Amino acid sequence: MPTKLSVSLSPHVRGELSTQGIMLRVFIALLPAALMGVYAFGGQALWTLILSTASAVLAEALAQKLLKRPVTAFHDGSAAVTGLLLGLCLPPAVPWYLAVVGSAFAVVIAKQVFGGLGSNFVNPALAGRAFLLACWPAAMTTFIGIDGQTGATPLAYLQSPTDLAAAFGENWRLDAFLGRVPGTIGEVSTLALLLGAAFLLISRIIDWRIPLSYLASLGVLSVIAGVELSASLLLGGVVLSAFFMATDYVTSPASSWGKIVFGLGCGVVNFVIRQWGAYPEGVTYAILLMNVCSPLIERATRPKKYGEVKARA
Amino acid sequence: MDVQKALLNGVITENPTFRLVLGMCPTLAVTTAAENGLAMGLATTAVLVGSNLLISLLRGFIPSKVRIPAYIVVIATLVTAVDLLMKAYLPALSSALGLYIPLIVVNCIIFARAESFASKNPPIASILDGIGIGFGFTLALILLASVRELLGAGSVFGVNILGPDYPKALIFVMAPGGFFSLGLLLAGVNRFLDYLHRRTGGLI
Repeated sequence: MPTKLSVSLSPHVRGELSTQGIMLRVFIALLPAALMGVYAFGGQALWTLILSTASAVLAEALAQKLLKRPVTAFHDGSAAVTGLLLGLCLPPAVPWYLAVVGSAFAVVIAKQVFGGLGSNFVNPALAGRAFLLACWPAAMTTFIGIDGQTGATPLAYLQSPTDLAAAFGENWRLDAFLGRVPGTIGEVSTLALLLGAAFLLISRIIDWRIPLSYLASLGVLSVIAGVELSASLLLGGVVLSAFFMATDYVTSPASSWGKIVFGLGCGVVNFVIRQWGAYPEGVTYAILLMNVCSPLIERATRPKKYGEVKARA
Repeated sequence: MDVQKALLNGVITENPTFRLVLGMCPTLAVTTAAENGLAMGLATTAVLVGSNLLISLLRGFIPSKVRIPAYIVVIATLVTAVDLLMKAYLPALSSALGLYIPLIVVNCIIFARAESFASKNPPIASILDGIGIGFGFTLALILLASVRELLGAGSVFGVNILGPDYPKALIFVMAPGGFFSLGLLLAGVNRFLDYLHRRTGGLI
């Protein structure tokens, strides 16, 4: 909350990027994936994305008004990013109220109630998704294919590449990479996601440590368990959430080693849920769980102060 | 202490759910439907009135060193009676509430009233206090349970309100929905009561 006199700890060097600037870049980085989603699923997906983004911004403005906080919803962009992210992790054919309720829950309950931007303890978009998954499990797990057929997520066939080939054709690897295998709006095209992620990495908005350790630990564990590497990384929401959600500044550790531990944890939990859990995909709960752990990780991996020596036992 | 004052105290000033925030376990667990909330509230009220009366009568007799075990014996006796009565006459409701009826024994609202009120006040005042607090608890449970049933099943007291096409938000009849609803209701009710307090010039 901006005040006239701000008391803060050193260092007092300021970066040139404002919250607004960061959010704008994240928004731009998500656009290729959003476009591919709309290209794959048509107007329905576009409508869902618009609805979720708009209702996140409006709900945040309303909540800030009611809580008598300065209304930053329209210009700081964080609510718009949350809404777009939530829309991207919804199946394309969800009823309209899922997008609205999910976005409102994300920004009001997961964010504003806990103190607004910077004070939320879990990623708002994922909290919204988890809420929707608990409220309307059937609507959240019905996916339409590129051919308009409804069906389960391709993750249901994760254990067997022959089943995958039978369901999505021999070229399913390339199709999954480009965006022709069903999934949520944002996760279809791994290529588009990587484009956005590369932009964020190059402009130093996100750090490579969390996504890399996340994808690596999930990949290694999957290979050990006998799941094909390309299937485990290309299908489902791993790439989307590793780059755009696990890297949320507020809910992930700030120290370098902490980031690696955080990413490893996400990968391990995600793998465990996929392999033995009740849900086909475990991205949401993996990141939410690690969000909750991140203060502990941060405490355990606090960098040494300059000149500090180990206390003698 | 007159009836009006006791009721006002139990329902508003010392409402066990919204003001004292006691007895959260049954509050969260049984409020999946308005009917369960009503039954739980009434069962607790019956035990509370009985235990307040007995403990008030025995207050000169119970040595203070063993008062907690003594209260437990009194409360457990009453809970067993209520449990058996419900099993005999309301078997469906009894099975819906399940373990939470026997668990009234360890409900901290009943202990709190025994310790802080009945052990220091005469029998009539203790009965009135039990009625007031029990009524406040029942109302709070009905309110919370109605909100959860309405959102989670589209009905209140089993009567469909939001129509057959209402997409039931299942989370509200599950545990996390209980926490969300309770938290928001706590904030909302206390905001409303503060407003009432200001408007009535401190009367309520």
